Order: sequence, then structure tokens, then C-alpha cells
Amino acid sequence: MDINQFLILSAFLFCVGIYGVLARRNGVLVLMSIELMLNAVSINLIAFSAFGREVAGQVFALFVITIAAAEVGVGLAIVLLIYRNLSSPDLDEVDQLKG
Amino acid sequence: MWEQQLAFWILAVAMGAAALGVVRTTNIVHAALYLVVVLAGAAAQYILLAAEFVAWVQVLIYIGAVVILFLFGIMLTRAPMGGEGRRLDNDQRWGAVVVALFVFGVLVAMLVDAFGGEEIRFGSELVAQGRTGNVGSDLFREFLVPFEVVSMLLLAALIGAVVLARRD
Repeated sequence: MDINQFLILSAFLFCVGIYGVLARRNGVLVLMSIELMLNAVSINLIAFSAFGREVAGQVFALFVITIAAAEVGVGLAIVLLIYRNLSSPDLDEVDQLKG
Repeated sequence: MWEQQLAFWILAVAMGAAALGVVRTTNIVHAALYLVVVLAGAAAQYILLAAEFVAWVQVLIYIGAVVILFLFGIMLTRAPMGGEGRRLDNDQRWGAVVVALFVFGVLVAMLVDAFGGEEIRFGSELVAQGRTGNVGSDLFREFLVPFEVVSMLLLAALIGAVVLARRD
């Protein structure tokens, strides 16, 4: 199989994630789009691990999964805090630094 | 080989459609369920690439833990579940479409230029390389220090999340 079909699939997922981060207003949905982007990176790492016959790619994918779990925990706590202070999870209401 | 190609394309189409569902749906719970399809498809792609340990870690941690966290987040922020039109999107959608298409075009052009025609060679030695024992010994021989650093990071994230979400 071509390596490019895996890489282009992951590029597609990454770009869908970019669209979601830029276009979504709700904080939880922005975090979901970030998960899409992290998953695209993991697919890339596994594909290169099989391509280069190197186990290190799989170990890196494990690290990415672990760090994504930590990121979701802290990110959801921040969204919860925004909801508690502004009574809305929408990120474009967080504009107090705007002059 | 054609069976692998067939499996890849079925998974790829499902993952692409579900990913578009995550960023397009107007119901936030549906977005979480579409995300499950993308994550399960990624796990199946890992199995296709003979990385079975990572695939099951993906199922356990992403589908088992992260999606449940997302559902908790949705419930706790009382997100709209009835589908409130475009209330979940902001007004820079077309700019976001332009940026995403531009990045996709650049990435595809670069990948075709760099890896066009390169093949992944499947076979018994790829399967042997992806065995859990190999991954484990690599993780604890070459990546022992990063592994310990990641456990400290998880502890810091745990404490940070508790401190952030606590009511004073």
C-alpha cells in the first residue's frame, strides 16, 4: 500500500480539525476539533513506524495519546470555569482583553 | 493486498464523513458520537498498520475515557442539545474554510512530492515488529526518562484540573 494514502487521510483529518478550531464557538467543540488534529498526528506516526520499520513511532503515538488525555482534562476544567464565570461556554464571550 | 485496500478505503470514507460531522453538526452530543466513529476508525487503521497495542490503547483511553470526559463537559456546561441552528458556530466560517483548504492543498502537494510512489512493505516481519513485547521493551529501554516525565505531567494535569474546577 502507498504510504501517501495514510498521510493524506491524516492531512484531511488535520485540516478538518483546523476548520473546527477556527469556526466553532462552543469551547467543548473546539476541544473535540483539537482531538481530531492530535489523532491525525498519531496516524502519521504509526504510518511512518510501519514505513521505516521503527518501533519508536508507536511509542511516540502512545505519548501523544497520554498527553491528549491530560490536555482534555485541563481543557475541560478551563471551559467549565469559563461557563461558571460567564454562564456560557462560548469562547467569543471571553473578550475582556479586547481594547 | 486488495483486502487491505478495501478495508482502508471503507475506514477512510467513514472517518472523513464522521470528521466532517464533528465540525458541522448542530447537535453537540452528536458531535461527540461522530468523534467516537473517527477514533474507532483510527484504531482500526492502527491494526491495519500492525500496531495492535496502540490500537487497543486508543480504544481504552480515547473512546473509553476522553469521550466520556467530553460528555461530562457537555452536560456540565448545559450545552444546547436540541440543535439551535448555527449558534455553535461563529461568523468566521468562510475564513476557516479558506485556511483549512489552503493548508490541505499545501500538505497534499508536499506529501505527493516527497513520498509519491513510496510503499509500505507488509509481511510477517512488520507484524513481528509491532508485537506488544517489542513496543514495551523499546518504551522502557530507550524512552524510560520521557515515560517518567509523562507520568509527572499526568500528575500535574490531575492536580491542575482539580484546582481549576474546584468551587471555593
